[in-house]
Amino acid sequence: MSAEQSSGGGTVEYIQHHLTNLCAGECDPVTHAANGFFAWHLDTIFVSLLLALTIVFVGWRVGRNLNPNTPGRFQNLIEGIVEFVSGQVRDTFPGHNPLIAPLALTIFLWVWLMNFMDMIPVDLLPLIAGWFGIHYFKAVPTTDLNTTLAMSLTVFLLIIFYSIKVKGPVGYLKMFLFHPFGKFLVPVNIVMTLIEELAKPLSLALRLFGNLFAGELVFLLIALIGGTAAIGVAMALMLPLQAVLDLGWLIFHLLVITLQAFIFMVLTIVYLGMAHTDDH
Amino acid sequence: MNITVTLFAQMAAFIMLIIFVNKLLWGPMNAMLAERQKRISDGLAAAEKGKHELELSEKRAKEALVEAKNRASEIIAQAEKRASEIIDGAKTEARAEGGRLVAAAKAEIDQEVNRAKEQLRKQVAGIAAAGAGKILGREIDANKHDDLLKDLVAQI
Repeated sequence: MSAEQSSGGGTVEYIQHHLTNLCAGECDPVTHAANGFFAWHLDTIFVSLLLALTIVFVGWRVGRNLNPNTPGRFQNLIEGIVEFVSGQVRDTFPGHNPLIAPLALTIFLWVWLMNFMDMIPVDLLPLIAGWFGIHYFKAVPTTDLNTTLAMSLTVFLLIIFYSIKVKGPVGYLKMFLFHPFGKFLVPVNIVMTLIEELAKPLSLALRLFGNLFAGELVFLLIALIGGTAAIGVAMALMLPLQAVLDLGWLIFHLLVITLQAFIFMVLTIVYLGMAHTDDH
Repeated sequence: MNITVTLFAQMAAFIMLIIFVNKLLWGPMNAMLAERQKRISDGLAAAEKGKHELELSEKRAKEALVEAKNRASEIIAQAEKRASEIIDGAKTEARAEGGRLVAAAKAEIDQEVNRAKEQLRKQVAGIAAAGAGKILGREIDANKHDDLLKDLVAQI
């Protein structure tokens, strides 16, 4: 990467390089970006699956030897998260559905962990990947729209499923026809409700993606401060500045990633709660 | 940033993760939390019950104590009454016994006095007879004058 930084267009190239997924399948041979539908973002899939397996493994370890009397420190932590999530579900979800709470817990844990990849120094994972001959590595799966959209589409499918299950097919159709303006403005109603429903998964996916993408970009810009400084006096000035800025953004971003995971979880609960109510 | 087949891979991963989290983490932990909640509420109920029972038994103990005190004072009163009765009885008995003793002593004294008187009378009669004999210069035949002597004795 030092070669890129020393060249004139190094900054742009540095950022672009960092924001390019490791692509396999139908990819552009020059820009390395996806060039067709069958393009696999291997880094996204690898990291998210690794984190998912971590959750499964840790969950299995904790769930296997639960101690109701004297919980260990780690069990306490997991218990705290579980109780926090189930408290959110209790507060915002009307009725009873045993799927909602584990779904919310999964979203919170997975999204938080994937967001947490943003906390790892931006050049570290690509550097390690480079040792193995992998030259493109975008470590944060939630900066890939495929991940966020995959989750929000799954939620969207659940919304449709439970809407039809609770309201009935006719009731669901009626919601499109007569909501929100009554029976005299049916065409408007259809457009409005369609937009409203489609906005749910799109806003979920784009909010998370946007926040994390922007956060990653800021980390890249901060990383450039020290990198672009010439060797010498400027370096002595720029490197501490970079460190301080990085720390500040790190602390702030820790809040952001938690908040984004929380928002995704709560909105999922709210949307599914709306699907479970009959009063449309 | 293109939407690719990665989307479906991620969806599959997400759905599987939900299933695994539900099965491995959420299920056991929820059951454990429910069990713990039940145990805590049971414990609290048992504590409440124990407290109630303690109160009840304390009340019962107090009642028993009061009753015992009452009984004790009753018994003491009875005993005192009985003691005074016994003392009274003993007193009257003693008085009666004393009276009896006095009466017996008096009777004995009377008897002794009578006996002494009798003796004295006899001796006086003897003396009188002897004196009379001396005066008359002859022996009074005791047998002859028995009637006379007796009469004399009776007169003394």
